[in-house]
Amino acid sequence: MNDWLIFRGRKHSFQINRRTLIVVLLLIAANLAAMIICTGLGSLNISPIEVIRTLFGTGDASNHMIIFSLRLPRVVIAIMVGAALAVSGALLQGIVRNPLTSPDVIGISGGASLGTIVFILYFSELSIRFMPLWSIGGAFAAAILVYLFAYRGGITPLRLVLIGIGMATALTAVTYMLILTASFTPTAVAVKAFTFMTGSIYGVSWKRDVLTLLPWFSILLPVSIIYARHLNVQELGDEVATSVGSSLQAKRTILLFVSVALAGSAVAIGGAINFIGLMAPHIARKLVGPAYGGVIPVSALIGSLILLLSDLVARIAFLPLDIPAGVFTAAIGAPFFIYLLYRHRRS
Amino acid sequence: MKSLLITRTQKVAGLLIGLLVFLAGIVCSVVFGVADISWHTIVQSYMHFDGSQDQLIIRTTRMPRALIAALAGASLAVAGTLMQGITRNQLASPSLFGINAGAAFFIVAGTAFFDAGSLSAYATLAFAGAAFTALLVYLLGSIGSDGLTPLKVTLAGAAMTAFFSSISLGILLTGGQTFDQVLYWFVGSVAGRDMGIFNSAAPYMGVGLIGAWVLARHMNLLGLGEDVATGLGQKTMIIKLAAGISIVLLAGGSVSIAGPIAFVGIIIPHVTRYLVGIDYRWVIPYCAILGGILLLGADIGSRFIAFPKEVPVGVMTAIIGVPFFVYIARKGVRA
Repeated sequence: MNDWLIFRGRKHSFQINRRTLIVVLLLIAANLAAMIICTGLGSLNISPIEVIRTLFGTGDASNHMIIFSLRLPRVVIAIMVGAALAVSGALLQGIVRNPLTSPDVIGISGGASLGTIVFILYFSELSIRFMPLWSIGGAFAAAILVYLFAYRGGITPLRLVLIGIGMATALTAVTYMLILTASFTPTAVAVKAFTFMTGSIYGVSWKRDVLTLLPWFSILLPVSIIYARHLNVQELGDEVATSVGSSLQAKRTILLFVSVALAGSAVAIGGAINFIGLMAPHIARKLVGPAYGGVIPVSALIGSLILLLSDLVARIAFLPLDIPAGVFTAAIGAPFFIYLLYRHRRS
Repeated sequence: MKSLLITRTQKVAGLLIGLLVFLAGIVCSVVFGVADISWHTIVQSYMHFDGSQDQLIIRTTRMPRALIAALAGASLAVAGTLMQGITRNQLASPSLFGINAGAAFFIVAGTAFFDAGSLSAYATLAFAGAAFTALLVYLLGSIGSDGLTPLKVTLAGAAMTAFFSSISLGILLTGGQTFDQVLYWFVGSVAGRDMGIFNSAAPYMGVGLIGAWVLARHMNLLGLGEDVATGLGQKTMIIKLAAGISIVLLAGGSVSIAGPIAFVGIIIPHVTRYLVGIDYRWVIPYCAILGGILLLGADIGSRFIAFPKEVPVGVMTAIIGVPFFVYIARKGVRA
């Protein structure tokens, strides 16, 4: 049996790894199942069948309200934020060539948080549409700073990671300072800001959050899938990549841009959710091998699955309290990280 | 490595000057603030206490605050230098390796779930958390054949920090009423504490500081490399264990009185090595004094940067710390 399925059109042809295709289909199915379960469970439980009926417009009216205006936007946001963080992490790991990096470890999420908090505290009279711009701006500022500080006749992964960690610590402190010293912060605003910093997708709405994130997501994700193959070349090392004719720096800049923008826009809506950018690409590589053509879409699906399930646990484990989902991604992410350290001990 | 102060006389003189600045820092910390207080009132409040408002402010607010800043700064700096010594990693420090976050998590969790409100409970929880996290990060960092590499142990520390802070914040956010108060502490603050908090942890931290100084000679041997130290008859495991206990007392104690303050443990050991070289018999006392000065200074600054609001001192050290951190990371870390 051939490992590759080949599709030929009149002008273009492409091939898909059979195994990747199966994994992608299975993950889509798992995501759909998780969506339906997440939509059903909560302070009022709705059976999966009833959820499906409601989604197709034949359920009863009260369920319709709960599902469409409360639960579904949250589920959709979880999918987009999880996927964006996962893809951002996968791109970053390819660019830096270090399997232990992710947007939250090296300060990009911290920069995005800072940008968002500045927006929330000082520019909240502007339309929420501008929020991703602030987050992405913060993410870029942080990324550029980390890059410049780490640049010394080149970038080494060690220096980049160390400086990133230092920047992440400092950015968190500055963000805390802004929240605590803002001239008008009542406790409610502070709680909101801190919930945001832990990473939460509580209380999202179609109009405000989904429509804000959707344009970024639907542009950046396809771009990253299209550009993924350049990462395969880059993984071989700078010299090989240049000698086989890859315009290394230009492509790397584009990929870095996409990665930072994905993380920034995800943080704008979901807050600084930790560890997804680290975990998802590893699980993806485990499932479909190291070629980025497969890793990117599979990472996206795994990222959304992780956040869907984390948010589900966060919502229902301590009813009636709603815990930030970031707490649970940290709870599963840290042991996973330990496993990664353990597994990379030989390399 | 060339240091600034070379002869014994220079080092003693430097230490005395440092001690004077340290004491001046404590006085300034008591004098400056929203209500400016005269130097005379300070003396009066201890010699002839008459219960006036200024004197009360001094005895219940300003003096504990100054002492807590001084002790926490000294402890974090000494803990940092011990950690850098035993891990042979120039970026080792209680905040970066997750120890502060772990101690903070134990306090938050203990308070939330077991109703541990007393001062002694705070200290015990902080020590337990610091010990647990230190051991965990050390083990995680040394998994595998290549041993304790700077990258692995730093990443393990960062992961533990993210883990413990997320869960602590989660507990705080769902806890409700005391959020405002705990929050300041959570970022690292020395404001609004009384003498009781200082007294509850100071004895342990004192033991940690003295222990570090007693260990200094052995730390010098350890600095020559594990093989050399063993060859010269040193029981390196015991020294590392003793240093570990000191670190836990110092870092855990600091967190219990001032919250998880970052960067002091990184900055000061480097400044100290620049000043007096690598002999721990000098490094330890210099670290203690300079660490105290840094935190006292940062705390005084924190009262004026957003006047009349106060910034938590942990934010100040982070802002001061970043350029340093960048400098050290760029200079290169021994692999």
